[in-house]
Amino acid sequence: MVSLGGALAQILEIVLALLLAPLLTGWINQWRAWLQGRRAPSLLQPFRVLHKLFIKESVVAESASPLFRLAPYAIFGCMALACSIAPTLATDLPLGPAADAIALVGLFALARVFISLAAMDIGTAFGTLGARREMMIGFLAEPALLMVLFAASLISQSTSLARIVESLAGQAFAIHPSLAVAGVAFTMVSLAENARVPVDNPTTHLELTMIHEALILEYSGRHLALIEWAASLKLFAYSCIGLALFLPWGIAQGAAPLAILLAIPVLMAKLAVGGMLLALIETINAKMRLFRVPEFLATAFLLAVIALLVHILLGA
Amino acid sequence: MLPLDWILLILAGWLLIGLTGVAALRNTSFVARVLFPLGAAGALALAAAALATLFAAPQTAVLPIGLPGLPFHLRLDALAAFFLLVIGVVTAGISIFAAGYFRQGEGTPPGLMCLEYHVFVASMCMVVLADDAYAFMVMWETMALSSFFLVTSNHRVEAIRRAGFLYLLVAHIGAIAILLCFGVLQANTGDYSFANMRAQTPSPFWSSAAFLLAIFGFGAKAGILPLHVWLPEAHPAAPSPVSALMSGVMLKTAIYALLRVGFDLLQVPIWWWGVVLLGLGLATALFGVVFSAVQTDMKRLLAYSSIENIGLLFVGIGLGLLFKAYQMNALSALALTAALYHVFSHACFKSLLFLATGSVLHATGERSLGKLGGLIRRMPWVAWLSLIGVLASAGLPPFSGFVAEWILLQSFLFTTGLPSSFLNMLIPLVAAAVALVAALAGYVMVKFYGVIFLGQPRESRLAEAHPASPLERIGLLWLAAGCVLLGLLPVPLIELIDRVTQVLTQSGIAAAVRAHGWLLLSPTSLERASYSPLVFLLAVLAVVYLTLIVVRRFYHGRLRTAPPWDCGYPAQTARMQDSAEGFGQPIRQIFGPVFRLERQLPTPFDPRPVYRVKVEDHFWYWLYRPLANFTERLARAFAVLQQGRIAIYLLFSFLTLILMLLVVRW
Repeated sequence: MVSLGGALAQILEIVLALLLAPLLTGWINQWRAWLQGRRAPSLLQPFRVLHKLFIKESVVAESASPLFRLAPYAIFGCMALACSIAPTLATDLPLGPAADAIALVGLFALARVFISLAAMDIGTAFGTLGARREMMIGFLAEPALLMVLFAASLISQSTSLARIVESLAGQAFAIHPSLAVAGVAFTMVSLAENARVPVDNPTTHLELTMIHEALILEYSGRHLALIEWAASLKLFAYSCIGLALFLPWGIAQGAAPLAILLAIPVLMAKLAVGGMLLALIETINAKMRLFRVPEFLATAFLLAVIALLVHILLGA
Repeated sequence: MLPLDWILLILAGWLLIGLTGVAALRNTSFVARVLFPLGAAGALALAAAALATLFAAPQTAVLPIGLPGLPFHLRLDALAAFFLLVIGVVTAGISIFAAGYFRQGEGTPPGLMCLEYHVFVASMCMVVLADDAYAFMVMWETMALSSFFLVTSNHRVEAIRRAGFLYLLVAHIGAIAILLCFGVLQANTGDYSFANMRAQTPSPFWSSAAFLLAIFGFGAKAGILPLHVWLPEAHPAAPSPVSALMSGVMLKTAIYALLRVGFDLLQVPIWWWGVVLLGLGLATALFGVVFSAVQTDMKRLLAYSSIENIGLLFVGIGLGLLFKAYQMNALSALALTAALYHVFSHACFKSLLFLATGSVLHATGERSLGKLGGLIRRMPWVAWLSLIGVLASAGLPPFSGFVAEWILLQSFLFTTGLPSSFLNMLIPLVAAAVALVAALAGYVMVKFYGVIFLGQPRESRLAEAHPASPLERIGLLWLAAGCVLLGLLPVPLIELIDRVTQVLTQSGIAAAVRAHGWLLLSPTSLERASYSPLVFLLAVLAVVYLTLIVVRRFYHGRLRTAPPWDCGYPAQTARMQDSAEGFGQPIRQIFGPVFRLERQLPTPFDPRPVYRVKVEDHFWYWLYRPLANFTERLARAFAVLQQGRIAIYLLFSFLTLILMLLVVRW
């Protein structure tokens, strides 16, 4: 059932995701620095940070329960699986049928619940605050993401990500109006879900505004490293889903080795441009007040629903 | 012996257990250690018998009890067997838990409790088995009454008495509607057997009338908007095993009855019935989840979450009805499969969570979320097993709640094939709202779990909380295993549900699912959608394991414990954590108009500042209060007649006599 080529493609995809994800984060940080007129850190800086954190010993709060120590591994596992079901290089993946678009959304939700619970475990003021905010963003972003995926699913008559890519890439170059609207919604959701400006600031440690940083305040050492790595994997997964939905060209269909190898530079080029644009968005926007975030996400949700309706109305 | 005979024997056994309990009225250890485990064994046997019948032809029986000439007709078909299976499996867990739970000196004596409990369970089974309106109504009322006594078992508390009466009131208003519904269904033939009702072909007007009455009557029991008000009062008032039975099992009998009337007794559905169910279900689900997010009492939170889940069930059934009305039976079966899957899954996880609150309540004596916290360290069993229930309830993979949600969302994606473009536009909106409800459920569950089990204890006496007793743990473990198994192995259960959908829609999805093996769930074709929870879980576990190995191998596993960092703030206390109110605050802010908020803020110069916020239900103020006031005013108007003097009453009799004579002479 599982072909050797497919299995190899699967392993290649996971390894590539693990390596490319911190690189993407480094790339975005570089561009942010350049756009803001600072000297940029090296592209490999995220790897150095991860290495440093892995070397350090983990300091765990006295009141922590086993859940606190389990959570980083669970989150990392969820994100690695998310990266391996998203069709980044090829569509013929053995793990593909195990989870479709809806299960992928469920996977992100599982990771979010784990990180929120872990943040509440120590019982500090910041941890619970972060958990509350993260869940608030989550419950608005999750249905919006689902609706974006639904719009794509309706076009390709399938919720399997591989089928979506195949059917979208297989068509003659045509812009679906519903996908255009869904693309805007998806961008907004991705910004929120990946703790990016204007929703959250990945570099802030200002207590009143932080969301993601507040969640992981108590983590250190290898636990923190896993969470940071998982965060880059999440960004990578979201980028790949976005590329798969809106720019599906260049992803290998089937398990031809040459096509898969060819897909790697295409993916990297797409990610490079995407990362640059993300840095641009982050530079020209200011972070918004926390209670503007529901409005922002509700807009994304509405846009995604409109995308669905547009598809049904126009049949495209 | 046929399975139906076995089932009747088990029900009789339950009655016997109950009566033995009355004989040993105050012997707590006998009732708890012998009778309740026996009841649990009976429940297991019931589940086994129901399982055996799912694949057999329907069986009937006539019980010569009740009034002369009006025997009870019973019939055991696939639909009834499926619900009996749910009742059996879940009750087994609850009964075992109850064996470790009931203590001396809590209201009703344990022996009486044992009788009420077993009568309650047996009457639920009989409701499912009933094959004529008479048996159905008698058993439906027995169920309402026995559960009323169970709810008010701690009847010395006034709030509990009030909750019980409210429950009884709504149950009876619902019962009137059900009675009328059966009255319409028998179509003037005078024969109240379900077989006769099936044979009738009422006009669209009368069948719609019957269906609307059924929605009202069974909706009152299920807690559908706006008849939900009793649910958040009565479920928390009851002892935890009873709350678990009511939320997990009793609400499902209303779902059963709705399916029986909507799909079986009324053979030809009309499309707008489905739309009504969808609308009601959606409103209920949104209302339930939003309200449960702002609750501060753990059992009320779960009760509102039950309202939400019932709403989702209505959405699934509505979708099924809609498809059936357009003769799209395969899709109808898909939507119904989602609903029935959710019936089983909700029964497991909601009972599990209610039982867990029972353990917490016994360990701490506290129901308010604001006074709990950190119990994962004192009660690890309860905490870790509840985590499974919480994840299932939040609809997260790979647990049971997600499978139902997944199938439901899949059936939404097929709706573009409907012949009406109006419906095609409407359905995506419903799907979006369902997605929102599912996501909000995650919020609620993080609040529930985080505030009770995680963090630091908010009260000093929580440090003395004792872990749950072994029997309680077994009960929790049983239900948690249900959540896990239903989540990981959906295909076998779908095989069972297929038998039910074959009865209701003459179609099923098992054949399509079977083609892809037991590992992979794919309701139509592999091209269209597939989900394999086991592979999913194994992949996550493999990554976790590999990471653990690699990190240990290349780096180290050193760990040091220290005081919490908390941005370097040393004077951290438990009161600085988010409270239950605080965790609900974003929801209060975002969904403000949904609530009726009463807020009391202290002035800056208050020496003893108090902040109080009260979140109430608009329905109570705009619907129930005026209704109650109107009824009271009407009663007062009639009270003019009641003068308390014999002469006046004699005058009334005299006047009546004159009036009647006049009428006769006319």
